[in-house]
Amino acid sequence: MSEEISSVVDIDQQEYIINIGPQHPSTHGVLRFVVSLQGEVVKSLQPHIGYIHRGIEKMCENLTYQQIIHLTDRMDYLSAHTNNEAVCLCVEKALGIEVPERVKYIRTILDELTRLASHQLWWCSFGMDLGGQTCYFYGLRDREKILDIFEETCGARLLLSYNTPGGLMWDIHPNFQKRIKEFIKYFRKKLPEYDAILTGNVIMHQRTEDIGILSLEDAISYGITGPTARASGFSCDVRKRYPYSAYDKADFKEIIYTKGDTFHRYQARMDEMWESMKILEQLVDNIPEGDFTAKMKPVIKLPEGEYYQRVESARGELGVFIVSKGEKYPYRMKFRSPNFCNLAIMNKLTSNFKIADLIAISGSLDLVIPDIDR
Amino acid sequence: MKSFIKYISDIFSGVASLLKGMRVTGKYFFSPRAIVTQQYPENRHKKGKKKLEMFDRFKGEVIMPHSENNQHKCTACGICENNCPNGTIEVISVMNIGEDGKKKRALDKHIYRLSMCSFCALCVKTCPSKALAFSQEFEHAVFDRKKLIKILNKPGSTLMKGIE
Amino acid sequence: MQDFKFNIYDLSSFTHWVDVSLYSYCTPFWAMMWEMIIIGVAMLLFYAVIGLFLVYAERKVCAFMQNRIGPNRVGPYGFIQTVADLVKLLMKELVIIRKSDKFLFYLAPFIVIIVNFMTMAAIPFAKGIHAIDFNIGVLYIMAISSMGVIGVLIAGWSSNNKFSMIGAMRSGAQIVSYELSVGFSLITMCVLAGSMQLSTIVEGQSECWYIFQGHIPAIIAFVIFLIAGTAETNRGPFDLAEAESELTAGYHTEYSGISFAFFYLAEYINMFIIASIAATVFWGGWMPFHISGLAGFNNIMDFIPPFIWYIGKTFVIIWIMMWFKWTFPRLRIDQLLTLEWKYLLPINLVNIILMALIVLMGWHF
Repeated sequence: MSEEISSVVDIDQQEYIINIGPQHPSTHGVLRFVVSLQGEVVKSLQPHIGYIHRGIEKMCENLTYQQIIHLTDRMDYLSAHTNNEAVCLCVEKALGIEVPERVKYIRTILDELTRLASHQLWWCSFGMDLGGQTCYFYGLRDREKILDIFEETCGARLLLSYNTPGGLMWDIHPNFQKRIKEFIKYFRKKLPEYDAILTGNVIMHQRTEDIGILSLEDAISYGITGPTARASGFSCDVRKRYPYSAYDKADFKEIIYTKGDTFHRYQARMDEMWESMKILEQLVDNIPEGDFTAKMKPVIKLPEGEYYQRVESARGELGVFIVSKGEKYPYRMKFRSPNFCNLAIMNKLTSNFKIADLIAISGSLDLVIPDIDR
Repeated sequence: MKSFIKYISDIFSGVASLLKGMRVTGKYFFSPRAIVTQQYPENRHKKGKKKLEMFDRFKGEVIMPHSENNQHKCTACGICENNCPNGTIEVISVMNIGEDGKKKRALDKHIYRLSMCSFCALCVKTCPSKALAFSQEFEHAVFDRKKLIKILNKPGSTLMKGIE
Repeated sequence: MQDFKFNIYDLSSFTHWVDVSLYSYCTPFWAMMWEMIIIGVAMLLFYAVIGLFLVYAERKVCAFMQNRIGPNRVGPYGFIQTVADLVKLLMKELVIIRKSDKFLFYLAPFIVIIVNFMTMAAIPFAKGIHAIDFNIGVLYIMAISSMGVIGVLIAGWSSNNKFSMIGAMRSGAQIVSYELSVGFSLITMCVLAGSMQLSTIVEGQSECWYIFQGHIPAIIAFVIFLIAGTAETNRGPFDLAEAESELTAGYHTEYSGISFAFFYLAEYINMFIIASIAATVFWGGWMPFHISGLAGFNNIMDFIPPFIWYIGKTFVIIWIMMWFKWTFPRLRIDQLLTLEWKYLLPINLVNIILMALIVLMGWHF
């Protein structure tokens, strides 16, 4: 540890080290940055991860495919449904099952609801990182409505566990569509308020514009995905490029910004919220009748081989890689989590910016720490 | 001169953007109806308008519904135990000799460890006789950890007729 | 010995009675001592009550702005919540930081508190309730209130914590620069008032408050004073010294128990002081709202006691400052300085000239 630090700090230039995290209000979890500073200017930054490592990938090797689902909830807990879906899609792909159309639609709707809920929480915590604490409560207030929809249909607010290989645990609640329509009507009124309080604000503009510029080359070579990469002009939306579930039936725009600074990352996510609502509006009335699950054997054994499935979670591309030896447990399970890759760019983005910018940049990357450590 | 005009216009546009935000917070300050807080212990009772009601699918804890005659549907097959990812459930069965003289497996104790449960609903979903269900109880706090180990079948309960 | 007449509209007869009777009973030295003790205790009580109430008010105001209820458990509407908090802070352990400069560490909160007290002495609370009426009252307030930063700097330095140090240094840079704006905006009003004595300033507003008398430059000065005053109290959006999301708590990271409470109270009293200066200089202090020519209206306004006027105005300004805090994101340190040196200061200088011009030409009301 001491060696690492001494290699980073330039004492002659009056640099010093501070620890941001693991217990710090703005790391949104137990992430630790070892930052070497010169005055207030960040010279270099080292992320230290592993404080919430639970060995989910290893635990998966002793669980059946149905049981794995509930663990994936606990990775990126803000897009729990997307994580579940990734595993389910991978297993279905391996088995070669086609799930009913109804399932696809419901999964897509829940995906977008998850994305909205996740972006809302990101918005409020980003506002709080910048120091505007009122944002936090407005975001949470609106997110609560989505969580109610989840709770009514899935039985849980955060860790849904609603998917199962082959379909869904149970059918949607009769109120499901009505509530979503109510929510969209409500949220279309509230989203301009977000803009009024934070997006248009001159302080926020000055704090985010031209801060932490992520170039397109860096975005690609570091494997950055999600809104973070799309703000740099990297068209990487899995929903568009490798459509899964019912995304090919929805008409939506891939949000692309070119500058790649903190403000564009912010703007990309704000626009994605509008797009998500558009997708929801298109799908919510057209859920086809049918079964909520495909016919599945009680014990799922994947044929021997390697399988990969990617989905677009709220933070970027989530990949699930399964190596199967033909047993009911996977031989190896690997998650390509978007946050882990997005974190890697932190050092490059923050160097020669101030501490306040470091907080804004890490907020704009929208990191969820349990997803990094798994 | 151009830069001076920009300087002045920057000030006005900046102040305008700040006022826009202040309008939102100011509006909420003067509209107490927009308050969304629910006061927890009070809203459990019927006094207030907003009564706390959990959705009927809410996964509170696993229970085993019993009929009025103290009968449950569990055949002690152990599928829930197998399906549980955390080892939350333990089914202890006994061999009874039935009326026709055959040996028959019956439930002795269905042990459910709430402290280990992650509410994945696999036990409820896979139960072939629909013996398990979720209750909407959410106040699980107890002073003694042992109280979280629950025996789901009530004492003296028997298997419901017609369920194999 | 005078007859005692308690008149809520003019408390000077009451204070005068106290003064005269004390001097008649004791030797002049002891009479002065007694007066000092009485004033000190009264100030202390006022300080504690206002501090606790402001903490409560802030929590309620921010709660309402955020669609919440705020404190509501301790007492009716959570009114004694802050008292409970204070009792808790009093009982908490004072954590001693190893390798900290212990003397300075314990000294720092007292400096902040003492500076607060000294500033409060010069504020006219109501007609006749005024501890010291300097003829340079405005200058005195400006000089003393900026000394609080010494306490903050000492706190940041002595804690031996890098977060505290960064916070303290930010606070130093911030207050040194914003002191200018506070001073200049007050000077603008002194130009209009023609005096630096706070009692004269208040008396001068009996017909019309200075913010209306001086119209455009006065309003500009008022806005600048509010911004700079908010910055001087280290409150959001200028709370860089604390910067919860960046520095966890800034200069008081390492403080616990009552020494933390001192900083916390001092912050709120600072806000109160800034608000009461603004109320005094711009909004007429305890002077009722008068419109010349409307005798009936003026009589109704006169019916409200001066102390209520003073407190009411102060709380309106405090509410505006809270509104700022709970709406805006925090500035970065370089933006903070840009705002001061590139915007507030030039505008302020132009504003003084404008005000001088208006006073010379007699264009004010």
